[in-house]
Amino acid sequence: MDKHTQLPARLYDIRKRVEGFAREYGLDFFDTIFEVLGFDEINMVAAYGGFPNRYPHWRFGMEYERLSKGYEYGLSKIYEMVINNDPSYAYLLESNMDVDQKLVMAHVFGHVDFFKNNFMFRHTNRKMMDAMANHATRVRRYQDKLGVEMVEDFIDRTLSLENLIDYQSPYVKRRPDRAAADAEAEDARQVAKGFETEREYMRTYINPPAFLEAQQRRLDEEAARKKKFPERPERDVLLFLLENAPLERWEHDVLSIIREEAYYFAPQGQTKIMNEGWATYWHSKIMTEKALDASEIIDYADHHSGTLATHPGQLNPYKLGVELWRDVEDRWNKGRFGKEYDDCDSFEERRRWDKKLGLGRQKIFEVRKHCNDVTFIDEFLSLEFCLDQKLFTFGYNEKHQRWEIMEREFKKVKEKLLHMLTNFGQPLIAVEDGNFENRGELYLVHKHDGVDLKLDYARDTLRNVQSLWRRPVNLHSKVEGRGMLFRYDGKEHTDRRAEL
Amino acid sequence: MSLKIKQDHARFRDIVRGRIKRNLKKYIQKGEMVGKKGKDFITIPVPTIDIPHFRFGERSQGGVGQGDGDAGDPLSPADGQAGSGQAGRGEGQHLLEVDVSLEELADILGEELELPRIVPKGKDRIIATRLRYTGISPSGPESLRHFKRTYKQALRRQIASGSYNPRRPVIVPVREDRRYRTWKQVPLPETNAVVIYMMDVSGSMGDEQKEIVRIESFWIDTWLRKHYKGLEARYIIHDAVAREVDRETFFHTRESGGTMISSAYKLAVDLIESEYAPTAWNIYPFHFSDGDNWSADDTRLCVDILQTRILPAVNLFCYGQVESPYGSGQFVKDLKESIGARENVALSEIADKDAIYPSIKTFLGSGR
Repeated sequence: MDKHTQLPARLYDIRKRVEGFAREYGLDFFDTIFEVLGFDEINMVAAYGGFPNRYPHWRFGMEYERLSKGYEYGLSKIYEMVINNDPSYAYLLESNMDVDQKLVMAHVFGHVDFFKNNFMFRHTNRKMMDAMANHATRVRRYQDKLGVEMVEDFIDRTLSLENLIDYQSPYVKRRPDRAAADAEAEDARQVAKGFETEREYMRTYINPPAFLEAQQRRLDEEAARKKKFPERPERDVLLFLLENAPLERWEHDVLSIIREEAYYFAPQGQTKIMNEGWATYWHSKIMTEKALDASEIIDYADHHSGTLATHPGQLNPYKLGVELWRDVEDRWNKGRFGKEYDDCDSFEERRRWDKKLGLGRQKIFEVRKHCNDVTFIDEFLSLEFCLDQKLFTFGYNEKHQRWEIMEREFKKVKEKLLHMLTNFGQPLIAVEDGNFENRGELYLVHKHDGVDLKLDYARDTLRNVQSLWRRPVNLHSKVEGRGMLFRYDGKEHTDRRAEL
Repeated sequence: MSLKIKQDHARFRDIVRGRIKRNLKKYIQKGEMVGKKGKDFITIPVPTIDIPHFRFGERSQGGVGQGDGDAGDPLSPADGQAGSGQAGRGEGQHLLEVDVSLEELADILGEELELPRIVPKGKDRIIATRLRYTGISPSGPESLRHFKRTYKQALRRQIASGSYNPRRPVIVPVREDRRYRTWKQVPLPETNAVVIYMMDVSGSMGDEQKEIVRIESFWIDTWLRKHYKGLEARYIIHDAVAREVDRETFFHTRESGGTMISSAYKLAVDLIESEYAPTAWNIYPFHFSDGDNWSADDTRLCVDILQTRILPAVNLFCYGQVESPYGSGQFVKDLKESIGARENVALSEIADKDAIYPSIKTFLGSGR
């Protein structure tokens, strides 16, 4: 069955043309199914994060309200939406003009190419559409059985912890394999030797088997006590809770749903600049070089520039992304890279540098495979680019009680940008000890890198952690340079100073 | 087709209004969008609930931006934190708040003043709501399963997926096909209510006093309308004689002359007896005056009318005494002594505009 026939003939033709152009340029994407939706439906799907079906929760309603109000008052409208799935699903707004639909399709093929090829997405579930629907059914079933309030309250609490996952874990191996770990443990195991004796025949008298066994047991117990739990700091706090917290079966299931979805969405957050930039790069290329009719140019220019508008206090990922992609292409076309170029001090010479290598296209395809936002910015954001794009850092000036532009220095800007992107802009928090002070308490440590936590939220979140762990929980962080231990025991919060 | 997300949305609205899940209330942020309606800038309230996470303090963080300007230049305030905080966009443009319906306003009033819901009189005689099975939903209790719709849905799915064979029409519903009846509360029959506003327009009632009465009656109106669909309002003004007027006249008439409160009460009794049978109507007389009645005799007559003819018929009788430039009269004290203990009487003295809220609370706090 052809899944595309549900598109109106007019859009079906556009789709075929645009897809053809995209393939010609070398984009490599999953089969993409476009669906045409009314604004109400598209707002719903967008509120659900792109999926037609999610578990019931009020925060989707909240998002829906925001989108609907924005649409009703003509402030915002959703142009495109596409989900990382195989086949990929993308949505078109019914009331859009044909030129918009063309633009959206070109944009979508860019995204899907990125989903398919970027390494960050390699471990995501490509059948997430089904998984989401299953999650919805499971949560609904629990709600039927246990009541809406109870399940929803639990979801509220776990959502409060959804950023406590290990954003790198899909790409590295944190824990040794079970078998290897066991073997290692076996090697390190101390064997009870008993008393020494030179007389072989006396051995069983001096060290009777029962005595040896008792000694061995004592050694093992001691080793177990020394062994840390968890053995190494666990950044996937949700996983730790799943494995060790005393959860009911349904709670365990719901928590694992929240965790799975958090991991699914994480790469999209970590490649926002690249991904939006990539899609924008391709829609503008396809549109201006191939797909655009002369009569459509004004509308196209209007909408395209709308996407790329910048405001002083916000970084537009579309704009930054597409400019950076173009910069990379241009530099590799002209050979502006490598030792020779880096060592060149003459401003004039650098400006006129062109070796006519023509490697740009090849390079950007390579980069889209192997980078995420952090490495993309780190590697390719250059001084010239920073000046060109008028980037700056801003901060809150306590004296003037307002947000101000702080600096334009290249190093500072890049540093700030990278800091915003590292670990997805989330504080690094790990479980250090699941048996803190030998009282079964949980001990979390915030790896402080110069920015304090928002304390009222931290306390409330700690309360939510406690509700899962049941025993008291502790969080170590720094406040204004001094170490603090926050503790919640189920009844009250206490803070005290404590250095690591 | 009603959208699945409407349920989530309704739930969110309930949380914002504080009906359910009060533990989330402190996370509600009053965000807003700035839009344009004609020439005016308007703000559209977009409340959000922020689930707490471990995250960085905002002020210590800052960010990276793009555009012109030197170090030390301010960003426009709305830019710093997207979607939250103040909507200052320069002077000279005024912002109108939109999107608060009267219903919501009543909710806010009720919430602020902690007003109880009004219990309509004669609940045993008048059935106020009835459950009706009106809709179909993809989830629900098994006992409410709608077999026909379930099978229809299954048939639709089988045809769509191509597994339906017309020659051997076997339909097997799966879990997703199941449809359940849902219900709605339908008010049947509607309860009727009438408010009778009475105001003293004698020479001692100045514009300021009338303003107070106007504001107060607006809120009373709003609150009662929330509880009664078919709310009617009647307006009586009086000095030495009483007459019924329309709303406009009620708030703008300025008469002079003496004050005979009994005249208004007599007219109110006439209205009630001729048009609003107490068995079918919830009746709310509100009377505002500066309390300077003509004579002690007339006051006695008023009390007599109230006790024998008004109070037995009405849900709640409210008297608000507005302080006028000529001081405050004796009437409220007289009422307090004679009928103050009756449970369907609410008396309040309103010294100035600030006293309006406590006064509303006195009037409506009884939940009658």
